[in-house]
Parts: sequence; C-alpha cells; structure tokens
Amino acid sequence: MKKFVVYLVLIVGGVIFFYPFLWMIMATFRSEIDIGYPGLFVKSLTLHNYEIVFKRIPILRALFNSLFVSLSVTASVIFFGSVVGYALSRLKFKIKGLILGVILFTMVIPFQITLIPMYILMVKFGWVDTYLALIVPGMISSFGILLFRQFFLDIPQDLIDAARIDGCNDFQILFKIFLPLSKPVMITVGIFSFMATWNDVLWPMLVIRTRELMTMPQLVTLFSIGGEAEGQLGPQLAAATLLALPIVVAYAFFQRYFIESMATTGLKG
Amino acid sequence: MRKTGFLLKEEHSGYLMSLPYVVYFCLFVAFPLIFSFILVFHRWNIITPMEFIGLGNFERLFHDVQFFKALRNTVIFLLIHIPLQIVVALLFATLLSQQIKAKGLFRAIYFMPVIVSGVVVTILWMQLYNYDAGILNVLLSKLGLKRVPWLISPSWAMPSIAIMATWKNVGLYIVIFLVGLQNIPGYLYEAAEIDGASGLQKFFYITLPSLNSAMVLVIILSTIGGFSLFIEPFVMTGGGPMNSTLSAMLYIYNQAFYFGHMGYAATLGFSFAMIVFVVIIIQRKIVERK
Repeated sequence: MKKFVVYLVLIVGGVIFFYPFLWMIMATFRSEIDIGYPGLFVKSLTLHNYEIVFKRIPILRALFNSLFVSLSVTASVIFFGSVVGYALSRLKFKIKGLILGVILFTMVIPFQITLIPMYILMVKFGWVDTYLALIVPGMISSFGILLFRQFFLDIPQDLIDAARIDGCNDFQILFKIFLPLSKPVMITVGIFSFMATWNDVLWPMLVIRTRELMTMPQLVTLFSIGGEAEGQLGPQLAAATLLALPIVVAYAFFQRYFIESMATTGLKG
Repeated sequence: MRKTGFLLKEEHSGYLMSLPYVVYFCLFVAFPLIFSFILVFHRWNIITPMEFIGLGNFERLFHDVQFFKALRNTVIFLLIHIPLQIVVALLFATLLSQQIKAKGLFRAIYFMPVIVSGVVVTILWMQLYNYDAGILNVLLSKLGLKRVPWLISPSWAMPSIAIMATWKNVGLYIVIFLVGLQNIPGYLYEAAEIDGASGLQKFFYITLPSLNSAMVLVIILSTIGGFSLFIEPFVMTGGGPMNSTLSAMLYIYNQAFYFGHMGYAATLGFSFAMIVFVVIIIQRKIVERK
C-alpha cells in the first residue's frame, strides 16, 4: 500500500515533468486552430510550422554558430583548465597561493557587476558582431581550473618523478600522463561549459546583431518575440523544439554524465 | 647544485602555465571590475565622452521607482520560488531514496527540464499559460474551475514565472538533496526507531538537520537565479503587465541597451550585486544557525 502511494506520486511527477515536452513536440505538427488541444493526437497533421521556421530564419546557420561557439569554448576551457590546474596543483612557484586566492575570489563576483564593462570592452575591441565576442570571454573558467586542480592533486607524485627522470618537461607530463588519466574530470568540465555556453542568451543578445552570426537560443528568442512568427504559437513551438532537439538527443545517450556533471557544478560551485 | 636547477625549472613552468589565467584575469575580471567602479560615477552613452557626475547615479537610484519595483518583483519571485523548490525537491528526493524500481528513469525525467534551454521552457510555458487556449486553463475550465489570468494579471504574472522556474530547476535540487540523503548514516534512523520515533519525527529530527548544507546551497543558487532572471520575463511579458515582471537583469538591460545609460546601468548592476551579497550572507546566518 505504502509502495503504491510512492509509485503513484513518482509517476504523477514524471507526467508533470515529461508530458509538456511530449505535448510540445506533437503540437508542432498541428495547424494553429488545434494548438490548444491538451491531448497528444489530433486528426490533421501538418509540417507548416517547420516550413515557416526554415523559411523565415537561418536556423541551420544558427545551429552551426551555436555548435562552433560552444565547442570552441569547451575545448579551450578544458585545455586552459588543465594547464593552469596542473601548475596550481603540482608545481612550486612564488605567486601560486595568490593566484589560487584570486580564482576563488573571481567565483563569487556576481556577473551583474562585470556585464556592462565587458560589453564596453567588446565594443572597444571591435569584437561586436564577431565570433570573438562569443568565444574569447569564455575561454577560461575559474571553476574548470579548480576542478582540474582538485583532480590532479590526487595523482601520485611517483608518476611525475619517473617522467622527469625520463626527461619529460611539464607540458609533456601533463599531456602524456595526466590528461589520459583525467577522463572523468574532462567529461564534467566539458559538459558544464558546453551547456553553459549553449544555453546562454543574454550575452549573445548584447554582442551579436547580425542574424547570420546569432546563436540558436538567441535567434529563436528573437523569432519568438519579434514579428516573424506573426504571433502564431505553432512556429514558435517548432523553433523551440528544434532548439531543444540536439541537447535532448545528447541527453538521451549520456544522461548519467549530464546529471553528474551538472550536480557537481551545483555542489561545488 | 642540481637541485636548485631543478627547482628553478619547475618555477619557470609554473609561471608559464599560469600565465594564461593571469592574462585572462587582467582583461576579463580586473579591468571590468575597475571600469565598473569608474562607470558608476559617470554619465555615458558610449558615443559621446564620459561625463563625471559624482554620486548622481546613486542619487537617481534612490528615487527610481522602477529600481524598487524590480527589487520588489525579485523578492516576490524568491518568496514563492525558494519554498516551493525546497518542498518539491525534498518530496521527490525522499521518495527516490527509498527502495524502488526504475529510480534512474525517474531521476532522468525530473532532470530533463534542467538541461533544456530556458528559451525552450519559456516558449513552451507561454503556451501552457495562454489565457484562452493554454492547456492549464483548458484543464481548469474542464474541471469547472475559473480560468487563471497567468501572465496577463499583474498579481499573477510573477508567481507564474516563479512556478515555471521551479518546474525548470527543481530536478537539479532533487539530485542535490538525493546526494545529501545518501550521506546520512543509517544508524541514526535505527537508533531513532529503537527509541520509538515516528516517521515524521525521524524526518524533522534526523533528515532535515542532516540536509542543512544542501539546503544552504539550494537557497543560495535560487537567490542568484532570482537576481539573474532575464530571458523568462523578456520573452513572456517584456517585464509587464505594469512592470510586474520587471526583473533586476531586465532593468539593467533596458537601461543599457534601450536608453544607452551605461553609467546608470553599471550602477544598477553594482547595487544589485551588493544586495545579492548581503541577502546570501543573511540567509547563510539564518539557515546555518538552526
């Protein structure tokens, strides 16, 4: 009996969290009159909503932009995170403690303070309306550095000593010995920085004005609030579905990693 | 002799390898911070030269009805969002920590809104909240209840956004609480059972106090989230009706990019950030003392 109630509540919860997505996907195949129907299936289905989206906005270009920007940022965050994390965990040098303190301090600065000056910096660099504005400010992550540092602290010193005797320098030690051992932390840092970049809308809205350079969430947002969807819900939902698709597919295959990565980010951040 | 050479080399690669961070810090952290302190004392629209106005921006802030409105809206959001989030997350985390089947599947489903872009969730919920054709109102009227003016009434709009934000984020907090629950040693419950404690007593005297650090985390993350709220009101309501969903971030955005008041926008950003700090410190004090 008690078990029954537990399952009942869990399933009700499952419906509440899952059904809206299912409904959204089904609704994108309806004509505008049928949109409000709460069930999943209606008689006449149409691809009209997707036609409008593909005709009115460069959504595939935006998909490319988002992938390009997010993957560049992610690769860079992993690269610099491991390099700086290595220095801060395994090397002795004078200002190490200072840098570590600065990193911790950086993490508590609310982004509201730096947002406007950062935008002005982009204007002064002439980076507005370029990929540079989307990529460069995200290339290093304090959190990424700290996660790599923490992971590297547990790697036995013997490995380093042995490699040094073989004549390896620190870059070789990092890339040949440490990184192959660091798959878990690379996955964690990779997923969280990819997701953070992919999902960000505010920053692209500030620095990108040309439609051809817009990221996918940004383009879909402007499509939704602008005149192009003509206030129709169908095309807006179709655009939203296209935006959700890549991440949901990735999530379907790697959900365990997604949950672990984003929960660690929450727990340690 | 060899040893000093070795150490020197290590020190050099230490500097070399942390150099990228130092450059990054100077450009994208230190400079914006310092520049922000300069901006708050100036009037500036990026195009014409900066004009020093002393504390003028702060004077304006103290008389700015919209600033206090945005602050008030954020407080309303947090007062609904935080308790709702904690109750829902605790409920599902407690259920998921029992011996049940398909635990991973449930967790994966609850987590889904977390990974999906806020834009998707906002567009979806705009439809669910639609007064005439939205699912929620259609269901309510089928049940014989009155339709709710979710996004069109000034008193409902912010609570509606808070409910949506809870739906979007709660999966993350379920997982955080779940980790916390798994770290509670089983002997505590066994000892309580021997003493004849009821299920509720166990929950309030063992489970809740043990989840304290998870609780602090949930509250802090939600607070930061509340002050960063942007895309939801931007897409759903544009801050209306009657500024009832004007959020802190949306107001900064409007000042900077609608009106070109960079100095004042920086002042707003600075002030909201200080408020976030103070609120979080107070929250920590309250929750951790318990």
